[in-house]
Amino acid sequence: MVTIWMVVTITFFLMHAIPGGPFTREKALPPAVMKNIEERYHLNDPLWKQYTDYIQNLVRGDLGPSFKYQGVTVNQIIAESFPISAQLGLASLFIMLFVGLPAGIISALRQTKWQDHLAMSLATVGVAVPNFVVATLLMYIVGVKLGWLPTARWLSWQSVIMPSIALAGYYTAYVARLTRSSVLEVLQQDYIRTARAKGLPERVVVYKHALKNALIPIVTYLGPILAGILTGSFVIEKIFAIPGLGEHFVASIWNRDYTVILGVTVFYATLLVIVNLIVDILYCFIDPRIRLGK
Amino acid sequence: MKNILEVKNLSTSFFTHAGEVKAVKDISFNVGIGEAIGIVGESGSGKSVTSLSIMNLLSFPGKVINGSVCFAGTELTNLKEKKMQLVRGNEIGMIFQDPMTSLNPVYTVGNQIMESLLRHQKLNRGEARKKAIEMLSLVGIPGPENRLNQYPHEFSGGMRQRVMIAMALCCKPKLLIADEPTTALDVTIQAQIIELLKDLKDKINTSIILITHDLGVVAELCSRVIVMYAGSVVEKGTTRDVFYNPRHPYTWGLLKSIPIVNADHKERLIPIDGQPPDLLNTPPGCPFCPRCDHAMQICAQTQPPLSQLGEQHLAACWLLHPGAPRVERGR
Repeated sequence: MVTIWMVVTITFFLMHAIPGGPFTREKALPPAVMKNIEERYHLNDPLWKQYTDYIQNLVRGDLGPSFKYQGVTVNQIIAESFPISAQLGLASLFIMLFVGLPAGIISALRQTKWQDHLAMSLATVGVAVPNFVVATLLMYIVGVKLGWLPTARWLSWQSVIMPSIALAGYYTAYVARLTRSSVLEVLQQDYIRTARAKGLPERVVVYKHALKNALIPIVTYLGPILAGILTGSFVIEKIFAIPGLGEHFVASIWNRDYTVILGVTVFYATLLVIVNLIVDILYCFIDPRIRLGK
Repeated sequence: MKNILEVKNLSTSFFTHAGEVKAVKDISFNVGIGEAIGIVGESGSGKSVTSLSIMNLLSFPGKVINGSVCFAGTELTNLKEKKMQLVRGNEIGMIFQDPMTSLNPVYTVGNQIMESLLRHQKLNRGEARKKAIEMLSLVGIPGPENRLNQYPHEFSGGMRQRVMIAMALCCKPKLLIADEPTTALDVTIQAQIIELLKDLKDKINTSIILITHDLGVVAELCSRVIVMYAGSVVEKGTTRDVFYNPRHPYTWGLLKSIPIVNADHKERLIPIDGQPPDLLNTPPGCPFCPRCDHAMQICAQTQPPLSQLGEQHLAACWLLHPGAPRVERGR
């Protein structure tokens, strides 16, 4: 809660510190019109008054009206565009876990064999190439040259594929590398030797005894990774012209759409806090040493 | 006495980038049914590699290059991995040096003990659980029903070693290999663990190979001792032979470096000077030669053979050659 409040406060004052406002135009509006608008949106109130009003509304769950889009509230914008972003994010997460983790495990088990070299070369490329380059290349090759998938926009399920690959690329590579080194390290541990000395088959040694321990550092990084996927979606949504929340967020900053900026920020902050809470719970679940109380 | 384990001319090397490291060189010994033998030697003398060679648990780049390990009539060195898994944990149990790191931190103690039982014995979960509780109380852990559901970090070092012992013995193995089971523990706990092993040896009627550098522990538990140095056996015999009539200068040195608690005259411990040889390129001759007070010319040139000194007492030293000068052991 404190985190969210701090995010709101800092964003609120920083936002108002940027020159220009939601209704600043190249051609100035007549002073009378300007005055009406400012009164309508309470922009002529002192800053502290605007701030306390905003906090009061926020507590009630009301993020206010958009300044830019007439008659649309911020709550509506989020409700409409977040599901799209969520689909994109979940698809990326899915790719990250179901490609990155197995790739890392296979490399570790086939250390210095061709599978390891292949996976790690790809992972190095994945970590080195930024997502907007991956996105552009995918659009050009798969979308334009081969024509297999739609180049942009959000029209069918096929539209999810390219953006989520572009978004997940870096994190998949990162998770693969992390998994590989983590599994290799765990396989050196004394308790793995104990498990082997018990006569357990190699499959059980790796998947029961090694994997759960190897997941601990990966879960630790899951929080920052999820934050990265969230912010990465701003760029990817812009490139692929996807009407998601990230796209609205970027647009709202250009428009000085105060309520949208604040609303989306609050929304993302809350989401991140919740995600980190889930990660922490997950962490307690796999590592009994940090379980509290009892 | 029939032998449960016969090791003949076992040699194990590690093939590293720098070259072949001969960790174990041509060692032979056997273990009788219900017998406890000790393998002593300083760090790096090949004790642990010997035990891992027996268990077929050497990890890359280690490899048994010669010799045989015959366990209850079965040759283990060329046994298929699948068959070997049925021997490990079931017929040969193993305890390791550091109980703090030898248990998996993310599974309960009960889970780890039951796992072995479920793998090797035809038990259902309920029976395995009962058996695990029984084992925990056998190794002297109070409140085993509750302890079963706890994680290793909730146990002290000594208690964890007891768990390890329970785990190694739960399938009633014919042989227990204890690789420095007391090294990482407090002195008082050490004595308890040795007592426990002694007790269980008779209860379960298992043979024990005790690997240690603590001669006191050996004297307590073992009927025979093998002294290893730089991968070779330098002296072996009954505990009585080796303690009261040691014939190899290295054994003399080892015995001199044990503190005597109630010595009436103030005596200093005498360490063995120098370092064990580099196993990567061992010089010809006796590996102990550079550190030996009694080294002769031949010691630097040719490895001494094992001389038979008694029915079971053997030592590898040129001083035991009929033509060698008589040297008395110091102290």
